Amino acid sequence: MQYILQIIGFTDAEFAEGEGPTAQEFIAWQQAMVGAGVVAGGGFLGDYQLATSVQVSREGEQVITNGPFPESREYLGGWTIVDVQDLDAALQWATSCPGAKYGRVEVRPVMG
Amino acid sequence: MASSAAGSVEAVFREDRGRLLAILAARLGDLDLAEEVASEAIEIALRRWPVDGVPDQPLGWLVATARRKAIDRIRRDRPYAARLAELQVEADRVVAPLEIFAGDDLPDERLQLFFTCCHPALPFEAQTALTLRFLAGLSTPEVAQAFLVPVPTMAQRIVRAKRKIRDARIPFRVPTGPELTHRLPAVLRVVYLIFSEGYAASAGDEMLRVHLSDEAIRLARILHRLMPGQREVGALLSLLILTDARRPSRVDAEGVPISLEDQDRSRWDHQLIAEGRQLLTEALDRRAGLYAIQAAIAALHTEATDLDSTDWPQIVALYDMLLARAASPVVALNRAIAIAMRDGPEAGLALLDGLTAGEQLRGYHPLPAARAELLRKLDRNREAIAAYQQALDIADNESGRTYLARRLRDLTQVRQHEGGALAKPVLDRARRLTRGQA
Repeated sequence: MQYILQIIGFTDAEFAEGEGPTAQEFIAWQQAMVGAGVVAGGGFLGDYQLATSVQVSREGEQVITNGPFPESREYLGGWTIVDVQDLDAALQWATSCPGAKYGRVEVRPVMG
Repeated sequence: MASSAAGSVEAVFREDRGRLLAILAARLGDLDLAEEVASEAIEIALRRWPVDGVPDQPLGWLVATARRKAIDRIRRDRPYAARLAELQVEADRVVAPLEIFAGDDLPDERLQLFFTCCHPALPFEAQTALTLRFLAGLSTPEVAQAFLVPVPTMAQRIVRAKRKIRDARIPFRVPTGPELTHRLPAVLRVVYLIFSEGYAASAGDEMLRVHLSDEAIRLARILHRLMPGQREVGALLSLLILTDARRPSRVDAEGVPISLEDQDRSRWDHQLIAEGRQLLTEALDRRAGLYAIQAAIAALHTEATDLDSTDWPQIVALYDMLLARAASPVVALNRAIAIAMRDGPEAGLALLDGLTAGEQLRGYHPLPAARAELLRKLDRNREAIAAYQQALDIADNESGRTYLARRLRDLTQVRQHEGGALAKPVLDRARRLTRGQA
């Protein structure tokens, strides 16, 4: 069964020098999952400040805005899709995600 | 004959419904199908057993019958069969899906079901509901009534939780190692809160409620049997038993609480007390868990012949341990009461005033009720009356309100007798609330 692990960061989390998750930690986590043969997809995203949002009004008018909504506290930093036996197995991988210490990892089944 | 057979049928279901469901759910990997075929098997048993007699191995009979029903269902319903097959393939199971054994060596798989029902991925309210529904064998209307929510609301809650178990594939398994250490407290918390809900009956008429305390003790006994090596499980069972042993004297004939001070201790259940203490002895080790500490407090109460001879210094020390491990304003309130018993009402009152100044216990009627009690002991009756009134204003449980109203009435009568100036509305209110109780 496939689950998406969405790595979610908090915009108001400020890290002092030397704190916060490192790229090496994320690479090691990815490698562990690849080694276990559970990765079915994924990607790391650019900074949320690079985001551009598109909405289409009821009249069909395109509205382009800068970034995510200003009031949103959370942003998606990256995701991984794992193919594992059950929710407990997916939760174990989420627990070892370096981002879980600083934001949260949202686990949801991929329904098809 | 038929009615006695029907009676034993009921008894078997009560005990075995949880085991039946657990076996079926673990084998089928699907709670809905397990429930459906379990109900069908029980229906057949209800028809047949009063006529044919109860089989030698009722559980084995039920499992075999449910298994046949599951095979029928799978043959009839191809999409269902396909989904189950997919589950089996993905789960890499060695056992064939319907290889369910019959006979007296049926495994007890309720522990797996406990961990599924109390999975932290489910909302807490659903955890208690599922545990009562599937492991205690209560019907949905009974669970709804126990928690004082409308039946459709409870049905919806259970349906949503079952859907999450199925669609997010919450497994039927007992965690091991450090994962077990993380997950066990959630299971124990569910059982503990089912007990507390039954014990304190937070709202409504107690007489109409299913005996949640009994159900919780039954569940704790099952857990203890299945996990004999887990000290906190034994400690929880000990705590529930020692608390429950005091039930016979806790309320009067009208169901109104009796204060610990006025309880007839000879009516406590001494057999239960002995059992609870034995369990506690087994559960205690150098680093006592939270339930073990609470059980030790309950045990100290059962050892004393009255309130004054209770080992209050030891109880205060245990509350200190509890607070250090898990700070909670309710524990702080109980500690303050113990301090009042050890050092006198003023000392307790000072602590309660500190808690009153904090916001955390706003709306929690035991706090002003405890203040009122201490103020009364200090003969500060006017303040005591005000505190009882405050407690009455926020108490939502009928029998608790009657208790408070009686205390208030006793005090106002004292003051009247003393010739003290009494606000008429206070007296009227106390009379109104205790009408028919005197």
